[in-house]
Amino acid sequence: MANIQKLEQTVSQVRRDIVRMVHANNSGHPGGSLGCTEFLVALYFEIMKHDSSFNMDGKGEDLFFLSNGHISPVFYSVLAHSGYFDVAELATFRKIDSRLQGHPTTHEGLPGVRMASGSLGQGMSVAVGAAETKRLNGDDRIVYSLHGDGELQEGQIWEAAMYASAKKVDNLICTVDLNGQQIDGSTDEVMNMGSLEAKFTAFGFDVLVEKEGNNMTKVVAALEEAKSRTGNGKPICILLHTEMGNGVDYMMGSHKWHGVAPNDEELAIALAQNEETLGDY
Amino acid sequence: MKKYTYTETKDTRSGFGDGLLEAAQKNENVVGLCADLTGSLKMNAFENEFPERFFQVGISEANMMSMAAGMTIGGKIPFTGTFANFATSRVYDQVRQSIAYSNKNVKICASHAGLTLGEDGATHQVLEDLGMMKMLPGMVVINPCDYNQTKAATLAIAEYEGPVYLRFGRPKMPVFTPDNQEFKIGEAVMLNEGVDVTILATGHLVWEAIEAGHILADMGIDAEVINIHTIKPLDADAILKSVGKTGCVVTAEEHQMNGGLGDSVAQLLARKNPTPLEMVAVNDSFGESGVPALLMEKYGLTRTDIVKSVETVMKRK
Repeated sequence: MANIQKLEQTVSQVRRDIVRMVHANNSGHPGGSLGCTEFLVALYFEIMKHDSSFNMDGKGEDLFFLSNGHISPVFYSVLAHSGYFDVAELATFRKIDSRLQGHPTTHEGLPGVRMASGSLGQGMSVAVGAAETKRLNGDDRIVYSLHGDGELQEGQIWEAAMYASAKKVDNLICTVDLNGQQIDGSTDEVMNMGSLEAKFTAFGFDVLVEKEGNNMTKVVAALEEAKSRTGNGKPICILLHTEMGNGVDYMMGSHKWHGVAPNDEELAIALAQNEETLGDY
Repeated sequence: MKKYTYTETKDTRSGFGDGLLEAAQKNENVVGLCADLTGSLKMNAFENEFPERFFQVGISEANMMSMAAGMTIGGKIPFTGTFANFATSRVYDQVRQSIAYSNKNVKICASHAGLTLGEDGATHQVLEDLGMMKMLPGMVVINPCDYNQTKAATLAIAEYEGPVYLRFGRPKMPVFTPDNQEFKIGEAVMLNEGVDVTILATGHLVWEAIEAGHILADMGIDAEVINIHTIKPLDADAILKSVGKTGCVVTAEEHQMNGGLGDSVAQLLARKNPTPLEMVAVNDSFGESGVPALLMEKYGLTRTDIVKSVETVMKRK
């Protein structure tokens, strides 16, 4: 049984890390990071079997691929608190000579990262490939991926989706961060994608919809449910409704905080709304 | 001067297909992906012997490239198969981010490169692939000259750890290099020693360079002919040594002048030993439909063109 209170304490610390990292550089992507904090904390602290001593091949482990690489702050903070590297290294985010590049990469050898991402639309294909290798290796662990909803406008996502269902890649759980926002506005304004549930269902996925993607209890339950549905001949998709900027009131629900850093005053407000639980880096 | 003979002609793509099968027999981690061109890439024998290690991805090259990158996680050695145009220009960003920047052990195997694809025309005749691939940091770029060398190269890249672009083609070409040769990545092959001019050729143009050497000998010109099967890393030592002796160079390739072998050689010589250089290559032009031999003639990629360039470059010494 998940200790929801403990997971929520971790969420609070990760949110502090996110706004501090972005503020320190006056660059980065706080909005999507804050919206996906419950999901990533649930994945790394409750759902996945993974080893922070880190081996690239990850045999016998569950794997996670961040396709929407711009929400690197939340990914880095969760990896650090999971023990992949020292939390003090979060202070190097986006600075020269850092392993914590603006978008995640294997290039600098940061433990926990298995693939560069940033240019959108490639992560589902990567996850499908890793899932195929697990099947070939007789490895029964699961491959997870996370995608932005705006990212679904990239055609390659649907190439990967078509492959995953045609070839019955059923050790794969792809989650879509459905916050309804992208850089130029709402996803409906920029490129209305219609019903994503109908689209993924039509593409042969077993689709779960979770309306409360910032409710830890619900997120854990959705991921557990998705896990229980693996191995049934279909790839799985979780449509996770989240709120961009969740946890920082003035950022919530607006695309304006997609890629903008808070100033000193705004940082103080954000920190006041998220308790320091595990110690700031 | 060494005389090269051959008893048969074969396509370099068949060298890839046979090499892939043998590499797969040797190493169970070798897997193959193909985007609906299994017959064209000669991957059928591999597919038949190892169906569980063959991944048909359909007409979705972008998915194939990123999938191959993902498949390396867990120890597989993916060989992707499609036409050179669809293995490079169509999927440049996937190759750049998921394979090159992520330093994944993917072998990008590309057939039907260049004008010799023939009648299908310019949409398929990629002449920019070597340039695109060599610009990617860490990418090894190989363009072997005949069936035997392509087979040997395929086996060699399976043993090499890191991203590789292997380019080959459709037409039947003389098979003149040794059977079961050892292929050394990045090591140029001396075909004929000479003192008057260095001819550096790659891919299908290597045979033309050998033939040009004979024509030049009849004209009293002693040409040194070297097979540059690896465009990157370029064998700088072999090139500088030869050029130090001959004092002038002609490069020959089935590729745009911009970005190709000639461009790499020019960059090397400009920095290390400025030397008169002429390039036999396509000059800022797309190809067109036609019989391969006529296209090679029209676009200036024959032994005659190499001879003319030698005459030009020797006057510049």
